[in-house]
Amino acid sequence: MAGEFGNPEVVQEEVDILLIGGGMACCGAGYEVMRWADAAKAELGMDLKIKLVDKAAMDRSGAVAQGLSAINTYIGTEQDPADYARMVSNDLMGITRDDLAYDLGRHVDDSVHLFEEWGLPIWKTDENGERHDGSQGLPALKDGGKPVRSGKWQIMINGESYKWIVAEATKKALGMDRIQERIFIVKLVNDKNDPNRIAGAVGFSTRDHKVFVYKAKAILLAAGGCVNIFRPRSVGEGTGRAWYPVWNAGSTYAMAAEAGAELTMMENRFVPARFKDGYGPVGAWFLLFKAQAVNANGEVYMQKNKELLNDYPPYGQAAVPASCLRNHLMLKEMKEGRGPIYMDTVTALAKLRETLTPREVKHLEAEAWEDFLDMCVGQCGIWVGENIEPEKKNSELMPTEPYLLGSHSGCCGIWVSGPTDLGAPTDETHADKDKIPAHLPKGWSWGYRSMTTVKGLFTAGDGVGASGHKFSSGSHAEGRMCAKSMVKYCIDNKDLKPELDTPVEQLVEEIYKPVRTFLEFKDYTTAIDVNPNYITPKMLQFRLQKIMDEYVAGVATYYTTNDKMLAVAEDKLNMLKEDAEKMRAKDLHELLRAWENYHRILTAEAHMKHIQFRQESRYPGFYYRADKNFVDEENWHCFVNSVYDKNSKQWNCFKRAHVDLVDKSKLFKPAAH
Amino acid sequence: MPTYVRTDKCDGCKGQDKTACMYICPHDLMKLDKDGSETGHAMRAFNQEPEQCWECYSCVKICPQQAIEARHYADVVPLGGMVQPLRGSDSIMWTIKFRNGTLKRFKFPIRTTPEGSIDPYGGKPTASLANITATGFFTGSADGGITKGYRAGNPAELIRK
Repeated sequence: MAGEFGNPEVVQEEVDILLIGGGMACCGAGYEVMRWADAAKAELGMDLKIKLVDKAAMDRSGAVAQGLSAINTYIGTEQDPADYARMVSNDLMGITRDDLAYDLGRHVDDSVHLFEEWGLPIWKTDENGERHDGSQGLPALKDGGKPVRSGKWQIMINGESYKWIVAEATKKALGMDRIQERIFIVKLVNDKNDPNRIAGAVGFSTRDHKVFVYKAKAILLAAGGCVNIFRPRSVGEGTGRAWYPVWNAGSTYAMAAEAGAELTMMENRFVPARFKDGYGPVGAWFLLFKAQAVNANGEVYMQKNKELLNDYPPYGQAAVPASCLRNHLMLKEMKEGRGPIYMDTVTALAKLRETLTPREVKHLEAEAWEDFLDMCVGQCGIWVGENIEPEKKNSELMPTEPYLLGSHSGCCGIWVSGPTDLGAPTDETHADKDKIPAHLPKGWSWGYRSMTTVKGLFTAGDGVGASGHKFSSGSHAEGRMCAKSMVKYCIDNKDLKPELDTPVEQLVEEIYKPVRTFLEFKDYTTAIDVNPNYITPKMLQFRLQKIMDEYVAGVATYYTTNDKMLAVAEDKLNMLKEDAEKMRAKDLHELLRAWENYHRILTAEAHMKHIQFRQESRYPGFYYRADKNFVDEENWHCFVNSVYDKNSKQWNCFKRAHVDLVDKSKLFKPAAH
Repeated sequence: MPTYVRTDKCDGCKGQDKTACMYICPHDLMKLDKDGSETGHAMRAFNQEPEQCWECYSCVKICPQQAIEARHYADVVPLGGMVQPLRGSDSIMWTIKFRNGTLKRFKFPIRTTPEGSIDPYGGKPTASLANITATGFFTGSADGGITKGYRAGNPAELIRK
């Protein structure tokens, strides 16, 4: 029977492996998984059923939808995975899992080489040191071609079609009958016989009146990071111009938390300093074009304020200070009234022109524009509207509103099982270890790489916490690692029969509740959006953003909060969570928004609870606890993890010990004082 | 900068159930107004939630009629600029018009292989379950694997081993 609005058709399907998401991580998983599934069939006669569901269209879904101008993680032959793990650690103020970063470092280039084979143009440097775009037929990276480094770990690409290319490989590997687009998964379902095991996932079509109920042995949840929980700097049409993709709604964190998965480092956030309003990338400007950031008086604040770095040993003493500390130095200028901050593009380009031929200058100009056009067309929109030609006029920089993510320069996410061959701890050693709930694993590995603390639930990309700096290529590689472990999990649990702990009818009712609410009350008032019986997803999002901005260290307070402000936020978020039960959906599009915003609220709450628990300011420049405005290495050089109880709706935060698996002292200069 | 659809160019993808822009928008913004009841323009697509537009240009690039353009956010950007692509199978051409009339054109490669030509497992080994818990992918880890991308680190760097 065809469904109708308010009365959806229910489609049930049972699979072995379910991939939730269509971004780089799930594309990686979809590519790798078929090879191992084929092996399981050939060697064991097992026929694994696999399905990928994406809330958008895979050609343009996830954070790489628009394209990218660089691949930010490529190790190359000249660097060691240990160097990479050190960089990740330092940029995230010392508290990351070396096992996860190192493991990613040794695997990631395999994916980059595949991208190039599939047709992604990668810039090359010739023997004279001249740069060429990726269509010039220079040797491939795997055959010794030299990439153009725009930083120690980044390589430049012509990446407009990056996602399109990666998606094509995955679509062909999986086959279109294993892929379903425009399905938004909104809830995971635990197993009836084991509350700590995953049994399925439910969601709905954003195109037809259908609810989908999947049973699965293994699930990869890789649905991106979280955008728009804080009030953005632009609140009109510009709201959409978030730095990270606006469709990343915290679904990964919220659904995992509700399923009982242990989260980690949810206090971490990323506040990128980018070109103002368009949020265009700055990396190539700093590293390739050698531009400097200056205050309104033309002073280079990274030089002028460098003494401030000594307040945060040892992280301030690294050759490249952590991203948050660079913001910290910039914020001093802004707070003391020496803004606007500019990228001095005029001086940088003039300097480059001194040594370049006119042909090279023309090429340089194209490179500068391509940097935006490949990944952030909106920034070009700002430049053309404001008549900014970078050789003639400097462009403003601005720290954005906060974002939560685990794949870029951030490390919030889910606590996952790591590799066993790198010397990771196998037990808990923290003085507070007795506060870790007893059902959770000890040590950093519990059988399957990238499995969360919920049996059968895996994650990758933005989902994996306490790592970071994996970016597009690393997320793809991490998805591939999950694919292997999920096949292994299915082999080991051959006879497992997942059973949903909630009746299907109840799940359908929960999903469609905003629709029911709308249909029940819509005729009570004459104005469809103003009704005491419900709240629109849009207004709910505004309320969330106002709370987070004003009390949880948003841009309104220059990223500052304290214990009292957090207590107020906690109260307000509780009421918001209650009111989320009254969200309305007047059509399927609004049902999508309703569930996205529900995910946002839970993610925001996790962020607030973690900041509240951590009695220090671990990331100066990203957020400050004014009542604990210091980095406390003695008491807080540890992970803050948490679990959520979906029945009591309470969070439980606790500490886990941090351990170095690679020597970090190589990073630091001797202290200046 | 919300995208907008030009009434003189959009043909609603010729009455198909779903337009190209609806198919591709990552944020579910594009909608076909079949009977004109929402916009006054029957069989034309429109951006139903402009303030949620990321300006990713996915709809602009895919539109077979080149009917979609972007007007940069009115709450931020002065009027008059225009950034418009023409995406082919191996390259993309951008036309950039400044508010003051300055015009620039750029062409960049987008892929080095024909669209649809990827052979995902061509020339690649099959996987063996004997390796399923080892490091590396099915493409291998010995000597870097067939894609030469596996980077075995210097074991001396691992201080707890």
